[in-house]
Amino acid sequence: MLSIENVNTWMNLFSEQLLEKKTYLSELDTAIGDGDHGNNLARGAAALKEKLADNEYETLTDLLKDIGMVFVSKIGGASGPLYGSAFISMAKASKENEELDLAGLLEAGLDGIQKRGKAVAGEKTMVDEWIPVVDAVKENSLTPEVIEEAVAKTEQMKATKGRASYLGDRSIGHLDPGAMSSSYLFKTMIEAGVYDG
Amino acid sequence: MMGKQIGILLVSHVEEVAKGLTKLLNQVAADVTIIPAGGTEDGEVGTSFDKISAAVEEFEEDTIIAFYDLGSAKMNLEMAVETTDKEITLYDTAFVESAYTAASLLQVDVPLEDIDKQLAELKVK
Repeated sequence: MLSIENVNTWMNLFSEQLLEKKTYLSELDTAIGDGDHGNNLARGAAALKEKLADNEYETLTDLLKDIGMVFVSKIGGASGPLYGSAFISMAKASKENEELDLAGLLEAGLDGIQKRGKAVAGEKTMVDEWIPVVDAVKENSLTPEVIEEAVAKTEQMKATKGRASYLGDRSIGHLDPGAMSSSYLFKTMIEAGVYDG
Repeated sequence: MMGKQIGILLVSHVEEVAKGLTKLLNQVAADVTIIPAGGTEDGEVGTSFDKISAAVEEFEEDTIIAFYDLGSAKMNLEMAVETTDKEITLYDTAFVESAYTAASLLQVDVPLEDIDKQLAELKVK
């Protein structure tokens, strides 16, 4: 069940995970990108923890919107607008439909990412993590294994979107950093009890 | 001082690139407002939504044409476009060449639709 409380817990767990994996994410990004994914997300995570500690939220929409704005402002790079658009889209969807379930919410988030980044499945981006996860949430079959398998699949993909696309075939054989950071998002979503399928 | 009706916004991953291009454009377009928004807030390589938004609000002009270097600059620019009342057009064109073309044409009061036509040939992304 979605609640203000468990989304708050989710975001705190996600932030802690990002801070912990900062170096690893930047290493993944050094291989096929500009090497700043870990640092950028860690900056966003620190700002998000602060924001959540300083504020009380009355609606899920307000909470999701604030998460999105912190990501847009503090992460920077490509990940800021992408993660930010995901949460801002979720905020909008939750406002339009108060009964929206987690699958609907995540679908709105994915839609926001795709509108912003124009990526589709198989281009070695965070979208390759989001699509299988959204499908699994819809079918009530999400597990940590589903999340991990989706990241693992990005290794053999050739990047055709994002900074890694400049490398062409040379991007094959590396995990996508955005898919990896998104896997932390979804694992902590399970941990926080937001997904209780 | 607002010299023309349309201003130019330059977004680059590097502060010096955006500032350097501004310098180049100022040479051919002394009366056009050109504002750079390069790098992150702490001067690192990257683009910043906050920095771009602040640059947008700096314009006295209500119409802005914007040029950028790489993909993530575009995403931050798009977010800034969505959160302002100003009319901003983004061009997926060669950064230096198209900004230079637009500046030269604005300086001599060429209408935007004619500028658009010329910029279309410089589309690279």
